[in-house]
Amino acid sequence: MSEIVFILVGIGGFVGAIARFAISQLVKRNFRFTIPAATVFVNVAGSFLLGLLNGLHVGEYILLLAGTGFCGAFTTFSTFKLEAVQLHLREQKRAFIFYTIFTYAGGIALAFVGYQLGMLFH
Amino acid sequence: MIYLFVGIAGSLGAMLRYGIGLAFYQADAAFPISTLLINLAGSFLLAWLTGFVFTKANLSTAVQSAIGTGFVGSFTTFSTLSVETVDLFHDERLLLAILYVLTSIIGGLTMSKLGYQTVVRDESR
Repeated sequence: MSEIVFILVGIGGFVGAIARFAISQLVKRNFRFTIPAATVFVNVAGSFLLGLLNGLHVGEYILLLAGTGFCGAFTTFSTFKLEAVQLHLREQKRAFIFYTIFTYAGGIALAFVGYQLGMLFH
Repeated sequence: MIYLFVGIAGSLGAMLRYGIGLAFYQADAAFPISTLLINLAGSFLLAWLTGFVFTKANLSTAVQSAIGTGFVGSFTTFSTLSVETVDLFHDERLLLAILYVLTSIIGGLTMSKLGYQTVVRDESR
């Protein structure tokens, strides 16, 4: 029982981490943005998806696999903060402020939208 | 191959996050303390690793990506923070929601910068 829940979170985390890494590699190779756009994308998209899963009231196992595992690992806090500090140290104050506000406002707003949307189909 | 390393480390980070969440779990908890502590600790760890360990130790890109992007990246999370904030709004705990976001912004940046400053101190010796 307890092994199963950890395995579900682990599988979701495996896929989520690879997906985040792949997106960051793809964006780094093809685009140049003033703010770390790949991290913004994963954090905002992952927040929407987790909100949606919560609104849909999916079962415990699906929530562990897709929510705690996948969305949890697909989104990241540590990279977000490190990139923000690096912008700040490079004196890119506007990018630093924009990055922080955009991530929090976008993440929370889309988690809310996802939740409401999920409730509609629940 | 590098993707496999990131995935394995990511699964470990996610399982550790879940395990810590279980250990801290309280049914009547008013504040998402577990996510906050994980995110703050992970912010320090990633900054310290990136600024200090990875610049000193001769580690391959694959190992650096596995530890930094995979393990620490998956250990910390943003989606849970967003959803927990929405939950606090739904529970009409507006002040707690604002407090949670502010603590996360200021605390996260402080911890990340502290991780970086470890480098500066050490290199000045």
